Amino acid sequence: MNNIIKGRVWKYGDNVNTDVIFPGKYTYTVSDPKEMPQYALEDLDPKFANEMQPGDIIIGGTNWGCGSSREQAVVCLSQANLGAIVAKSFARIYYRNCLNNALPALPCPKAVDAIQNGETIEVDLAAGEIRCAAGTFNFPPLPDAVMDIFEAGGLIEYTRAKLEKERV
Amino acid sequence: MPQTFAEKILAKKAGLSHTVPGQIVDITPDVALSHDNTAPIYGIFKEMGGQRVFDPKMHAVFIDHAAPAPTTKHAENHRIIRDFVREQGIENFFDVGRGICHQVLVEEGLALPGEVVLGSDSHSPHAGVMGAFGAGIGRSEMASIWAVGSLWLRVPESMKIAVNGQFNPGVTAKDLALKVIDDLGADGALYMSVEWHGEAIRSLDLSQRATLPNMMAEMGAKNSFIPPDQVTLDYLAGRAKRPFELVLPDEDAAYAQSYTYEAAAIEPMVARPHTVDNVMPLSEVAGTRVQQAFLGTCTNGRLEDLAAAAAVLKGRKVSPGTRLLIIPASSQVYLDALRAGYIETFLEAGAAIESPGCGPCMGNHMGVPAVGEVSISTANRNFRGRMGTKESEIYLASPAVVAATAVAGVITHPKDI
Ligand code: SF4
Repeated sequence: MNNIIKGRVWKYGDNVNTDVIFPGKYTYTVSDPKEMPQYALEDLDPKFANEMQPGDIIIGGTNWGCGSSREQAVVCLSQANLGAIVAKSFARIYYRNCLNNALPALPCPKAVDAIQNGETIEVDLAAGEIRCAAGTFNFPPLPDAVMDIFEAGGLIEYTRAKLEKERV
Repeated sequence: MPQTFAEKILAKKAGLSHTVPGQIVDITPDVALSHDNTAPIYGIFKEMGGQRVFDPKMHAVFIDHAAPAPTTKHAENHRIIRDFVREQGIENFFDVGRGICHQVLVEEGLALPGEVVLGSDSHSPHAGVMGAFGAGIGRSEMASIWAVGSLWLRVPESMKIAVNGQFNPGVTAKDLALKVIDDLGADGALYMSVEWHGEAIRSLDLSQRATLPNMMAEMGAKNSFIPPDQVTLDYLAGRAKRPFELVLPDEDAAYAQSYTYEAAAIEPMVARPHTVDNVMPLSEVAGTRVQQAFLGTCTNGRLEDLAAAAAVLKGRKVSPGTRLLIIPASSQVYLDALRAGYIETFLEAGAAIESPGCGPCMGNHMGVPAVGEVSISTANRNFRGRMGTKESEIYLASPAVVAATAVAGVITHPKDI
Protein backbone atom coordinates (compact mmCIF):
# COMPACT_ATOMS: atom_id res chain seq x y z
CA MET A 1 0.00 0.00 0.00
CA ASN A 2 1.42 3.31 -1.13
CA ASN A 3 1.26 5.92 1.60
CA ILE A 4 1.79 8.81 -0.83
CA ILE A 5 -0.84 9.22 -3.51
CA LYS A 6 -0.20 11.71 -6.30
CA GLY A 7 -2.69 12.40 -9.04
CA ARG A 8 -4.85 14.70 -11.06
CA VAL A 9 -7.97 16.14 -9.47
CA TRP A 10 -11.49 15.49 -10.74
CA LYS A 11 -13.69 17.91 -8.84
CA TYR A 12 -17.47 17.56 -8.40
CA GLY A 13 -20.24 19.10 -6.28
CA ASP A 14 -22.54 18.29 -3.37
CA ASN A 15 -24.89 15.32 -2.94
CA VAL A 16 -23.43 13.18 -5.71
CA ASN A 17 -25.50 10.01 -5.36
CA THR A 18 -24.61 6.41 -6.13
CA ASP A 19 -26.99 6.37 -9.10
CA VAL A 20 -24.74 8.74 -11.04
CA ILE A 21 -21.55 7.07 -9.76
CA PHE A 22 -22.68 3.63 -10.92
CA PRO A 23 -26.01 3.72 -12.80
CA GLY A 24 -28.74 1.48 -11.43
CA LYS A 25 -29.38 -0.09 -14.83
CA TYR A 26 -26.04 -1.94 -14.54
CA THR A 27 -26.48 -3.22 -11.01
CA TYR A 28 -27.89 -6.57 -12.11
CA THR A 29 -26.23 -6.85 -15.53
CA VAL A 30 -22.60 -6.06 -14.64
CA SER A 31 -21.38 -8.31 -11.86
CA ASP A 32 -17.67 -8.74 -12.67
CA PRO A 33 -15.75 -6.08 -10.71
CA LYS A 34 -13.24 -5.78 -13.57
CA GLU A 35 -15.97 -4.59 -15.93
CA MET A 36 -17.23 -1.91 -13.56
CA PRO A 37 -14.68 0.92 -14.13
CA GLN A 38 -15.92 1.60 -17.68
CA TYR A 39 -19.27 2.79 -16.24
CA ALA A 40 -17.82 4.90 -13.41
CA LEU A 41 -19.49 8.32 -13.12
CA GLU A 42 -21.25 7.69 -16.43
CA ASP A 43 -24.18 9.96 -15.60
CA LEU A 44 -22.04 12.65 -13.93
CA ASP A 45 -18.99 13.05 -16.17
CA PRO A 46 -18.86 10.92 -19.33
CA LYS A 47 -15.15 11.78 -19.86
CA PHE A 48 -14.06 10.37 -16.52
CA ALA A 49 -14.00 6.65 -17.29
CA ASN A 50 -11.82 7.09 -20.40
CA GLU A 51 -9.44 9.72 -19.15
CA MET A 52 -8.78 8.99 -15.51
CA GLN A 53 -5.39 7.53 -14.64
CA PRO A 54 -4.52 5.27 -11.72
CA GLY A 55 -3.74 7.45 -8.71
CA ASP A 56 -6.10 10.26 -9.73
CA ILE A 57 -8.12 11.85 -6.95
CA ILE A 58 -11.81 12.73 -6.81
CA ILE A 59 -12.80 15.85 -4.88
CA GLY A 60 -16.45 15.89 -3.79
CA GLY A 61 -18.71 18.22 -1.83
CA THR A 62 -21.03 17.26 0.99
CA ASN A 63 -22.80 13.89 1.29
CA TRP A 64 -20.72 12.16 -1.42
CA GLY A 65 -22.21 8.75 -2.24
CA CYS A 66 -25.71 9.30 -0.88
CA GLY A 67 -28.74 7.24 -1.94
CA SER A 68 -28.66 3.50 -2.56
CA SER A 69 -26.03 1.62 -0.56
CA ARG A 70 -24.80 -0.31 -3.61
CA GLU A 71 -21.17 -1.31 -3.14
CA GLN A 72 -20.55 -1.20 -6.92
CA ALA A 73 -20.38 2.60 -6.65
CA VAL A 74 -17.14 2.13 -4.74
CA VAL A 75 -15.85 -0.93 -6.59
CA CYS A 76 -16.06 0.80 -10.00
CA LEU A 77 -13.53 3.34 -8.65
CA SER A 78 -11.32 1.08 -6.54
CA GLN A 79 -10.99 -1.35 -9.47
CA ALA A 80 -9.82 1.57 -11.64
CA ASN A 81 -7.14 2.23 -9.00
CA LEU A 82 -8.45 5.65 -8.14
CA GLY A 83 -6.02 7.11 -5.58
CA ALA A 84 -8.48 8.61 -3.10
CA ILE A 85 -11.71 10.53 -2.64
CA VAL A 86 -11.52 13.75 -0.65
CA ALA A 87 -14.94 15.23 0.19
CA LYS A 88 -16.59 17.63 2.59
CA SER A 89 -18.60 14.69 3.91
CA PHE A 90 -19.53 11.15 2.91
CA ALA A 91 -22.77 9.21 3.13
CA ARG A 92 -22.22 6.72 5.93
CA ILE A 93 -22.44 3.40 4.12
CA TYR A 94 -20.50 4.76 1.13
CA TYR A 95 -17.69 5.76 3.48
CA ARG A 96 -17.57 2.32 5.05
CA ASN A 97 -17.70 0.63 1.65
CA CYS A 98 -14.69 2.74 0.55
CA LEU A 99 -12.50 1.86 3.47
CA ASN A 100 -13.53 -1.79 3.35
CA ASN A 101 -12.56 -1.85 -0.34
CA ALA A 102 -9.21 -0.19 0.46
CA LEU A 103 -10.10 3.10 -1.24
CA PRO A 104 -9.05 6.08 0.93
CA ALA A 105 -12.09 8.27 1.72
CA LEU A 106 -10.91 11.45 3.41
CA PRO A 107 -13.25 14.05 4.86
CA CYS A 108 -11.52 17.46 4.60
CA PRO A 109 -13.86 20.43 3.88
CA LYS A 110 -11.08 23.07 3.82
CA ALA A 111 -9.05 21.19 1.22
CA VAL A 112 -12.15 20.74 -0.94
CA ASP A 113 -12.69 24.51 -1.05
CA ALA A 114 -9.03 25.20 -1.88
CA ILE A 115 -8.32 22.55 -4.51
CA GLN A 116 -8.86 23.42 -8.19
CA ASN A 117 -10.24 21.02 -10.76
CA GLY A 118 -7.45 19.55 -12.91
CA GLU A 119 -4.50 20.37 -10.64
CA THR A 120 -2.16 17.67 -9.38
CA ILE A 121 -2.16 17.08 -5.64
CA GLU A 122 -0.49 14.80 -3.17
CA VAL A 123 -2.12 12.88 -0.32
CA ASP A 124 0.08 11.54 2.45
CA LEU A 125 -1.96 8.88 4.25
CA ALA A 126 0.48 8.26 7.07
CA ALA A 127 1.02 11.95 7.84
CA GLY A 128 -2.64 12.86 7.31
CA GLU A 129 -1.78 15.64 4.85
CA ILE A 130 -3.14 16.89 1.56
CA ARG A 131 -0.64 19.02 -0.35
CA CYS A 132 -2.01 21.19 -3.17
CA ALA A 133 -1.21 24.50 -4.88
CA ALA A 134 -3.10 26.43 -2.20
CA GLY A 135 -1.16 24.86 0.67
CA THR A 136 -1.21 21.91 3.01
CA PHE A 137 -4.35 20.63 4.72
CA ASN A 138 -4.64 18.07 7.47
CA PHE A 139 -7.11 15.26 7.90
CA PRO A 140 -7.23 12.87 10.85
CA PRO A 141 -4.77 10.11 9.97
CA LEU A 142 -6.36 6.74 9.26
CA PRO A 143 -5.93 4.57 12.32
CA ASP A 144 -3.89 1.40 12.30
CA ALA A 145 -7.00 -0.80 12.22
CA VAL A 146 -8.11 0.71 8.90
CA MET A 147 -4.56 0.83 7.50
CA ASP A 148 -4.34 -2.91 8.13
CA ILE A 149 -7.50 -3.44 6.04
CA PHE A 150 -5.94 -1.27 3.31
CA GLU A 151 -2.73 -3.21 3.32
CA ALA A 152 -4.59 -6.51 3.02
CA GLY A 153 -6.47 -5.14 0.00
CA GLY A 154 -9.91 -4.93 1.60
CA LEU A 155 -12.08 -6.41 4.32
CA ILE A 156 -12.72 -9.83 2.77
CA GLU A 157 -8.99 -10.41 2.20
CA TYR A 158 -8.16 -8.95 5.59
CA THR A 159 -10.55 -11.28 7.42
CA ARG A 160 -9.37 -14.26 5.40
CA ALA A 161 -5.73 -13.57 6.32
CA LYS A 162 -6.64 -13.02 9.97
CA LEU A 163 -8.47 -16.34 10.11
CA GLU A 164 -5.59 -18.17 8.45
CA LYS A 165 -3.17 -16.72 10.96
CA GLU A 166 -5.34 -17.82 13.88
CA ARG A 167 -5.42 -21.38 12.58
CA VAL A 168 -1.65 -21.76 12.42
CA MET B 1 -14.01 15.05 29.82
CA PRO B 2 -17.81 15.25 29.33
CA GLN B 3 -19.05 12.91 26.62
CA THR B 4 -22.15 12.27 24.55
CA PHE B 5 -23.78 8.84 24.57
CA ALA B 6 -21.99 7.66 21.43
CA GLU B 7 -18.59 8.90 22.59
CA LYS B 8 -19.04 7.25 25.96
CA ILE B 9 -20.36 3.86 24.90
CA LEU B 10 -17.79 3.44 22.13
CA ALA B 11 -15.00 4.36 24.57
CA LYS B 12 -16.34 1.81 27.03
CA LYS B 13 -16.55 -0.94 24.44
CA ALA B 14 -13.09 -0.14 23.08
CA GLY B 15 -11.56 -0.09 26.56
CA LEU B 16 -10.64 3.61 26.35
CA SER B 17 -11.21 6.43 28.85
CA HIS B 18 -12.84 8.61 26.19
CA THR B 19 -13.25 8.99 22.42
CA VAL B 20 -13.69 11.96 20.09
CA PRO B 21 -15.80 12.25 16.93
CA GLY B 22 -13.94 10.98 13.88
CA GLN B 23 -11.87 8.53 15.90
CA ILE B 24 -11.98 4.93 14.75
CA VAL B 25 -12.38 2.18 17.31
CA ASP B 26 -12.51 -1.59 17.12
CA ILE B 27 -15.65 -2.97 18.76
CA THR B 28 -16.99 -6.39 19.67
CA PRO B 29 -20.77 -5.97 19.52
CA ASP B 30 -23.02 -7.53 22.13
CA VAL B 31 -25.52 -8.45 19.42
CA ALA B 32 -24.96 -9.22 15.72
CA LEU B 33 -28.42 -9.05 14.12
CA SER B 34 -29.16 -10.57 10.73
CA HIS B 35 -32.42 -11.53 9.05
CA ASP B 36 -33.32 -13.15 5.73
CA ASN B 37 -29.91 -11.91 4.51
CA THR B 38 -28.25 -14.41 6.87
CA ALA B 39 -27.98 -16.84 3.94
CA PRO B 40 -25.96 -14.54 1.60
CA ILE B 41 -23.83 -13.41 4.58
CA TYR B 42 -23.10 -17.06 5.28
CA GLY B 43 -21.84 -17.30 1.69
CA ILE B 44 -19.40 -14.41 2.23
CA PHE B 45 -18.37 -15.91 5.58
CA LYS B 46 -17.37 -19.11 3.81
CA GLU B 47 -15.60 -17.14 1.07
CA MET B 48 -13.54 -15.53 3.84
CA GLY B 49 -12.55 -19.00 4.98
CA GLY B 50 -14.87 -18.96 7.99
CA GLN B 51 -15.76 -22.28 9.58
CA ARG B 52 -17.07 -21.68 13.10
CA VAL B 53 -18.63 -18.35 14.10
CA PHE B 54 -16.64 -16.34 16.66
CA ASP B 55 -19.36 -16.49 19.32
CA PRO B 56 -22.76 -18.14 18.71
CA LYS B 57 -24.21 -16.24 21.69
CA MET B 58 -23.63 -12.92 19.93
CA HIS B 59 -26.01 -13.81 17.09
CA ALA B 60 -29.67 -12.93 16.79
CA VAL B 61 -31.13 -14.39 13.60
CA PHE B 62 -34.63 -13.70 12.32
CA ILE B 63 -36.69 -14.84 9.37
CA ASP B 64 -39.04 -11.91 8.87
CA HIS B 65 -38.56 -10.10 5.56
CA ALA B 66 -40.36 -12.62 3.37
CA ALA B 67 -42.01 -14.89 5.92
CA PRO B 68 -43.72 -17.27 5.41
CA ALA B 69 -41.85 -17.87 2.15
CA PRO B 70 -43.70 -16.47 -0.89
CA THR B 71 -41.67 -18.45 -3.48
CA THR B 72 -39.50 -21.55 -3.71
CA LYS B 73 -36.43 -19.33 -3.94
CA HIS B 74 -37.30 -17.64 -0.66
CA ALA B 75 -37.99 -21.02 0.93
CA GLU B 76 -34.53 -22.25 -0.11
CA ASN B 77 -33.04 -19.13 1.43
CA HIS B 78 -34.84 -19.93 4.68
CA ARG B 79 -33.61 -23.51 4.58
CA ILE B 80 -29.98 -22.34 4.35
CA ILE B 81 -30.56 -20.10 7.39
CA ARG B 82 -32.02 -22.96 9.42
CA ASP B 83 -29.07 -25.18 8.48
CA PHE B 84 -26.69 -22.39 9.47
CA VAL B 85 -28.15 -21.84 12.94
CA ARG B 86 -28.28 -25.57 13.62
CA GLU B 87 -24.73 -26.14 12.43
CA GLN B 88 -23.32 -23.19 14.42
CA GLY B 89 -25.36 -23.74 17.60
CA ILE B 90 -27.11 -20.36 17.47
CA GLU B 91 -29.81 -20.21 20.12
CA ASN B 92 -31.31 -16.79 19.44
CA PHE B 93 -33.06 -17.83 16.27
CA PHE B 94 -36.60 -16.67 15.51
CA ASP B 95 -38.32 -18.45 12.68
CA VAL B 96 -41.30 -17.55 10.48
CA GLY B 97 -44.20 -16.07 12.43
CA ARG B 98 -42.29 -14.70 15.43
CA GLY B 99 -42.08 -11.22 13.94
CA ILE B 100 -39.90 -8.32 12.78
CA CYS B 101 -36.26 -8.43 13.92
CA HIS B 102 -36.10 -5.00 15.60
CA GLN B 103 -39.31 -5.55 17.56
CA VAL B 104 -38.52 -9.12 18.58
CA LEU B 105 -34.99 -8.16 19.69
CA VAL B 106 -36.57 -5.76 22.20
CA GLU B 107 -39.28 -8.21 23.32
CA GLU B 108 -36.73 -10.95 23.87
CA GLY B 109 -34.67 -8.75 26.19
CA LEU B 110 -31.74 -8.81 23.76
CA ALA B 111 -31.58 -5.04 23.11
CA LEU B 112 -30.14 -3.76 26.37
CA PRO B 113 -29.01 -0.41 27.78
CA GLY B 114 -25.29 0.22 27.46
CA GLU B 115 -24.85 -2.48 24.82
CA VAL B 116 -23.92 -2.37 21.14
CA VAL B 117 -26.21 -3.90 18.52
CA LEU B 118 -24.82 -4.10 14.98
CA GLY B 119 -27.29 -5.29 12.38
CA SER B 120 -27.20 -5.99 8.66
CA ASP B 121 -30.37 -3.93 8.37
CA SER B 122 -30.60 -0.19 7.91
CA HIS B 123 -33.13 0.25 10.71
CA SER B 124 -30.82 -1.20 13.34
CA PRO B 125 -30.73 2.20 15.14
CA HIS B 126 -34.12 1.00 16.48
CA ALA B 127 -32.31 -0.66 19.43
CA GLY B 128 -31.62 2.87 20.73
CA VAL B 129 -35.12 2.80 22.24
CA MET B 130 -33.66 0.69 25.05
CA GLY B 131 -30.58 2.87 25.48
CA ALA B 132 -28.41 0.63 23.30
CA PHE B 133 -26.09 1.78 20.51
CA GLY B 134 -27.70 0.29 17.38
CA ALA B 135 -26.19 0.76 13.92
CA GLY B 136 -26.60 -0.76 10.46
CA ILE B 137 -23.65 -2.34 8.62
CA GLY B 138 -23.03 -4.03 5.28
CA ARG B 139 -23.09 -7.74 4.50
CA SER B 140 -19.31 -8.23 4.20
CA GLU B 141 -18.92 -6.41 7.49
CA MET B 142 -21.39 -8.74 9.16
CA ALA B 143 -19.56 -11.76 7.72
CA SER B 144 -16.33 -10.36 9.12
CA ILE B 145 -17.87 -9.98 12.59
CA TRP B 146 -19.04 -13.59 12.47
CA ALA B 147 -15.50 -14.62 11.58
CA VAL B 148 -13.33 -12.52 13.90
CA GLY B 149 -15.78 -11.06 16.41
CA SER B 150 -15.12 -7.36 15.87
CA LEU B 151 -15.48 -4.45 13.47
CA TRP B 152 -14.13 -0.91 13.18
CA LEU B 153 -16.53 1.94 13.84
CA ARG B 154 -16.06 5.69 13.44
CA VAL B 155 -17.14 7.66 16.50
CA PRO B 156 -19.99 9.84 15.22
CA GLU B 157 -20.68 13.50 15.90
CA SER B 158 -23.74 13.86 18.13
CA MET B 159 -27.00 15.75 17.68
CA LYS B 160 -29.30 16.60 20.57
CA ILE B 161 -33.03 16.97 20.01
CA ALA B 162 -34.90 18.22 23.07
CA VAL B 163 -38.70 18.11 23.02
CA ASN B 164 -40.42 20.18 25.71
CA GLY B 165 -43.95 20.07 27.08
CA GLN B 166 -46.67 17.59 26.15
CA PHE B 167 -48.12 16.37 22.87
CA ASN B 168 -51.71 17.24 22.07
CA PRO B 169 -54.15 14.30 22.02
CA GLY B 170 -53.92 12.41 18.71
CA VAL B 171 -50.37 13.57 18.02
CA THR B 172 -47.77 10.78 18.12
CA ALA B 173 -44.04 10.16 17.97
CA LYS B 174 -44.54 9.37 14.27
CA ASP B 175 -45.69 12.95 13.68
CA LEU B 176 -42.67 14.26 15.59
CA ALA B 177 -40.29 12.06 13.58
CA LEU B 178 -41.82 13.25 10.29
CA LYS B 179 -41.67 16.88 11.42
CA VAL B 180 -37.97 16.61 12.33
CA ILE B 181 -37.11 14.83 9.06
CA ASP B 182 -39.02 17.54 7.20
CA ASP B 183 -37.03 20.26 8.98
CA LEU B 184 -33.58 18.71 8.74
CA GLY B 185 -33.86 16.74 5.48
CA ALA B 186 -32.94 13.21 4.44
CA ASP B 187 -29.25 13.90 5.15
CA GLY B 188 -29.90 16.06 8.20
CA ALA B 189 -28.16 13.69 10.60
CA LEU B 190 -25.67 12.13 8.21
CA TYR B 191 -23.34 9.83 10.10
CA MET B 192 -24.51 11.29 13.40
CA SER B 193 -25.71 9.94 16.70
CA VAL B 194 -29.13 11.48 17.41
CA GLU B 195 -30.11 11.76 21.08
CA TRP B 196 -33.68 12.47 22.18
CA HIS B 197 -34.16 14.43 25.38
CA GLY B 198 -36.86 16.39 27.18
CA GLU B 199 -40.09 16.00 29.05
CA ALA B 200 -42.18 15.09 26.02
CA ILE B 201 -39.91 12.14 25.17
CA ARG B 202 -39.98 10.90 28.78
CA SER B 203 -43.77 10.99 28.76
CA LEU B 204 -44.03 8.67 25.73
CA ASP B 205 -44.57 4.94 26.20
CA LEU B 206 -41.82 2.61 24.92
CA SER B 207 -43.82 1.76 21.84
CA GLN B 208 -43.93 5.37 20.67
CA ARG B 209 -40.37 6.03 21.73
CA ALA B 210 -39.24 3.19 19.43
CA THR B 211 -40.58 5.03 16.39
CA LEU B 212 -38.00 7.80 16.87
CA PRO B 213 -34.68 5.90 16.61
CA ASN B 214 -36.30 3.65 14.01
CA MET B 215 -37.00 6.62 11.72
CA MET B 216 -33.66 8.32 12.24
CA ALA B 217 -32.26 5.97 9.59
CA GLU B 218 -34.27 8.16 7.17
CA MET B 219 -32.21 11.19 8.23
CA GLY B 220 -28.89 9.40 7.60
CA ALA B 221 -28.16 8.78 11.29
CA LYS B 222 -25.71 6.12 12.37
CA ASN B 223 -27.53 5.47 15.64
CA SER B 224 -30.15 7.15 17.79
CA PHE B 225 -30.56 7.08 21.53
CA ILE B 226 -33.38 7.47 24.04
CA PRO B 227 -32.13 7.75 27.63
CA PRO B 228 -33.33 4.71 29.57
CA ASP B 229 -35.49 5.58 32.59
CA GLN B 230 -37.73 3.76 35.08
CA VAL B 231 -40.14 2.85 32.27
CA THR B 232 -37.29 1.12 30.43
CA LEU B 233 -36.06 -0.65 33.56
CA ASP B 234 -39.56 -1.86 34.47
CA TYR B 235 -39.96 -3.31 30.99
CA LEU B 236 -36.62 -5.11 31.25
CA ALA B 237 -37.26 -6.54 34.71
CA GLY B 238 -37.43 -10.31 34.29
CA ARG B 239 -36.96 -9.92 30.54
CA ALA B 240 -33.32 -8.88 30.05
CA LYS B 241 -31.24 -11.83 28.90
CA ARG B 242 -28.06 -10.51 30.55
CA PRO B 243 -27.07 -8.14 33.32
CA PHE B 244 -26.48 -4.68 31.87
CA GLU B 245 -25.12 -1.30 32.86
CA LEU B 246 -26.66 2.02 31.81
CA VAL B 247 -24.55 4.36 29.72
CA LEU B 248 -25.88 7.93 29.83
CA PRO B 249 -24.49 11.07 28.20
CA ASP B 250 -22.90 13.65 30.48
CA GLU B 251 -24.97 16.77 31.24
CA ASP B 252 -22.37 19.12 29.79
CA ALA B 253 -21.37 17.02 26.76
CA ALA B 254 -20.65 18.98 23.58
CA TYR B 255 -23.05 18.40 20.66
CA ALA B 256 -22.26 19.25 17.04
CA GLN B 257 -25.89 20.34 16.63
CA SER B 258 -28.79 20.95 19.02
CA TYR B 259 -32.48 21.52 18.32
CA THR B 260 -35.43 22.24 20.56
CA TYR B 261 -39.06 21.44 19.78
CA GLU B 262 -42.28 22.27 21.63
CA ALA B 263 -44.45 19.14 21.66
CA ALA B 264 -47.66 21.16 21.70
CA ALA B 265 -46.70 22.76 18.36
CA ILE B 266 -46.50 19.40 16.55
CA GLU B 267 -49.55 18.45 14.49
CA PRO B 268 -50.36 15.23 12.61
CA MET B 269 -47.96 14.98 9.65
CA VAL B 270 -47.90 12.92 6.45
CA ALA B 271 -44.93 12.11 4.17
CA ARG B 272 -45.92 12.30 0.52
CA PRO B 273 -44.47 10.28 -2.37
CA HIS B 274 -41.61 9.56 -3.03
CA THR B 275 -39.25 10.69 -0.25
CA VAL B 276 -39.56 10.60 3.52
CA ASP B 277 -38.60 14.28 3.83
CA ASN B 278 -41.46 15.36 1.54
CA VAL B 279 -43.68 16.08 4.54
CA MET B 280 -46.93 18.07 4.87
CA PRO B 281 -49.36 18.67 7.71
CA LEU B 282 -52.22 16.15 7.47
CA SER B 283 -54.70 18.98 6.80
CA GLU B 284 -52.98 19.73 3.48
CA VAL B 285 -53.16 16.21 2.04
CA ALA B 286 -56.58 15.29 3.45
CA GLY B 287 -58.95 14.10 0.73
CA THR B 288 -56.39 12.15 -1.31
CA ARG B 289 -58.00 8.90 -2.49
CA VAL B 290 -56.32 5.72 -1.23
CA GLN B 291 -56.78 2.12 -2.41
CA GLN B 292 -54.63 0.39 0.22
CA ALA B 293 -54.05 1.18 3.89
CA PHE B 294 -51.30 -0.73 5.70
CA LEU B 295 -50.91 -0.89 9.48
CA GLY B 296 -47.76 -2.66 10.62
CA THR B 297 -43.91 -2.67 10.32
CA CYS B 298 -41.14 -2.12 12.85
CA THR B 299 -42.04 1.58 12.87
CA ASN B 300 -45.68 1.31 13.98
CA GLY B 301 -46.85 -2.29 14.33
CA ARG B 302 -46.91 -2.57 18.12
CA LEU B 303 -49.83 -3.10 20.52
CA GLU B 304 -50.29 0.63 21.20
CA ASP B 305 -50.38 1.28 17.43
CA LEU B 306 -53.02 -1.40 16.98
CA ALA B 307 -54.94 0.04 19.93
CA ALA B 308 -54.98 3.49 18.31
CA ALA B 309 -56.28 1.96 15.09
CA ALA B 310 -58.86 -0.18 16.91
CA ALA B 311 -60.22 2.91 18.66
CA VAL B 312 -60.88 4.45 15.25
CA LEU B 313 -62.24 1.25 13.66
CA LYS B 314 -64.52 0.15 16.50
CA GLY B 315 -68.05 -0.18 15.11
CA ARG B 316 -66.98 1.14 11.69
CA LYS B 317 -66.30 -0.47 8.31
CA VAL B 318 -63.43 -0.12 5.87
CA SER B 319 -64.59 1.94 2.89
CA PRO B 320 -65.59 0.01 -0.25
CA GLY B 321 -62.82 0.56 -2.79
CA THR B 322 -60.16 0.61 -0.08
CA ARG B 323 -58.57 -2.38 1.64
CA LEU B 324 -56.95 -2.40 5.05
CA LEU B 325 -54.01 -4.73 5.76
CA ILE B 326 -52.92 -5.28 9.33
CA ILE B 327 -49.72 -7.07 10.29
CA PRO B 328 -48.80 -7.17 13.97
CA ALA B 329 -45.04 -6.60 14.38
CA SER B 330 -44.65 -9.82 16.39
CA SER B 331 -46.51 -12.88 17.62
CA GLN B 332 -46.55 -11.31 21.09
CA VAL B 333 -48.22 -8.18 19.73
CA TYR B 334 -50.69 -10.41 17.88
CA LEU B 335 -51.55 -12.35 21.03
CA ASP B 336 -51.91 -9.19 23.14
CA ALA B 337 -54.11 -7.61 20.45
CA LEU B 338 -56.24 -10.75 20.34
CA ARG B 339 -56.73 -10.71 24.11
CA ALA B 340 -57.53 -6.99 24.07
CA GLY B 341 -60.24 -7.57 21.46
CA TYR B 342 -58.56 -5.50 18.73
CA ILE B 343 -58.32 -8.40 16.29
CA GLU B 344 -62.09 -8.89 16.55
CA THR B 345 -62.60 -5.18 15.91
CA PHE B 346 -60.32 -5.33 12.85
CA LEU B 347 -62.04 -8.38 11.37
CA GLU B 348 -65.49 -6.89 11.96
CA ALA B 349 -64.34 -3.73 10.22
CA GLY B 350 -63.32 -5.80 7.20
CA ALA B 351 -59.52 -5.72 7.55
CA ALA B 352 -57.17 -8.47 6.29
CA ILE B 353 -54.80 -9.69 9.00
CA GLU B 354 -51.53 -11.36 8.06
CA SER B 355 -48.81 -13.29 9.86
CA PRO B 356 -46.23 -11.18 11.80
CA GLY B 357 -43.28 -10.02 9.67
CA CYS B 358 -42.35 -7.22 7.26
CA GLY B 359 -45.01 -8.15 4.70
CA PRO B 360 -45.47 -5.53 1.98
CA CYS B 361 -43.21 -2.92 3.69
CA MET B 362 -40.47 -3.66 1.18
CA GLY B 363 -42.65 -5.16 -1.50
CA ASN B 364 -41.98 -8.83 -0.93
CA HIS B 365 -45.53 -10.10 -0.60
CA MET B 366 -48.85 -9.94 1.31
CA GLY B 367 -50.20 -6.71 -0.12
CA VAL B 368 -48.28 -5.38 -3.10
CA PRO B 369 -50.16 -2.44 -4.70
CA ALA B 370 -51.38 -2.46 -8.31
CA VAL B 371 -50.03 -0.05 -10.93
CA GLY B 372 -51.42 3.42 -10.37
CA GLU B 373 -52.68 2.71 -6.86
CA VAL B 374 -52.12 4.87 -3.81
CA SER B 375 -51.17 3.38 -0.45
CA ILE B 376 -51.03 4.91 2.99
CA SER B 377 -48.77 3.11 5.42
CA THR B 378 -47.42 3.30 8.96
CA ALA B 379 -43.92 2.33 7.69
CA ASN B 380 -40.76 4.42 7.57
CA ARG B 381 -40.00 4.54 3.82
CA ASN B 382 -42.00 5.65 0.81
CA PHE B 383 -39.38 5.48 -1.94
CA ARG B 384 -40.64 4.81 -5.43
CA GLY B 385 -41.21 1.09 -5.81
CA ARG B 386 -40.64 0.40 -2.10
CA MET B 387 -43.81 -1.70 -1.78
CA GLY B 388 -42.99 -3.65 -4.92
CA THR B 389 -44.73 -1.58 -7.60
CA LYS B 390 -42.77 1.22 -9.21
CA GLU B 391 -45.81 2.95 -10.66
CA SER B 392 -47.61 3.48 -7.39
CA GLU B 393 -47.56 6.04 -4.59
CA ILE B 394 -46.98 5.69 -0.85
CA TYR B 395 -47.97 8.12 1.90
CA LEU B 396 -46.66 7.64 5.44
CA ALA B 397 -48.65 8.49 8.56
CA SER B 398 -49.49 7.44 12.12
CA PRO B 399 -51.69 4.40 12.90
CA ALA B 400 -54.83 6.41 13.74
CA VAL B 401 -54.58 8.37 10.48
CA VAL B 402 -54.09 5.16 8.48
CA ALA B 403 -57.16 3.63 10.18
CA ALA B 404 -59.28 6.76 9.62
CA THR B 405 -58.20 6.81 5.98
CA ALA B 406 -59.24 3.16 5.56
CA VAL B 407 -62.70 4.05 6.87
CA ALA B 408 -63.12 7.19 4.74
CA GLY B 409 -61.34 5.93 1.61
CA VAL B 410 -59.48 9.24 1.43
CA ILE B 411 -56.71 10.60 3.66
CA THR B 412 -58.58 11.72 6.75
CA HIS B 413 -57.97 13.11 10.23
CA PRO B 414 -59.37 10.66 12.83
CA LYS B 415 -61.54 13.42 14.32
CA ASP B 416 -63.29 13.87 10.96
CA ILE B 417 -64.89 10.44 10.66
S1 SF4 C 1 -40.77 -3.76 8.65
FE1 SF4 C 1 -39.93 -2.74 6.84
S2 SF4 C 1 -38.45 -1.27 7.61
FE2 SF4 C 1 -38.89 -2.71 9.28
S3 SF4 C 1 -37.28 -4.28 9.13
FE3 SF4 C 1 -39.05 -4.99 7.92
S4 SF4 C 1 -38.67 -4.29 5.82
FE4 SF4 C 1 -37.29 -3.13 7.18
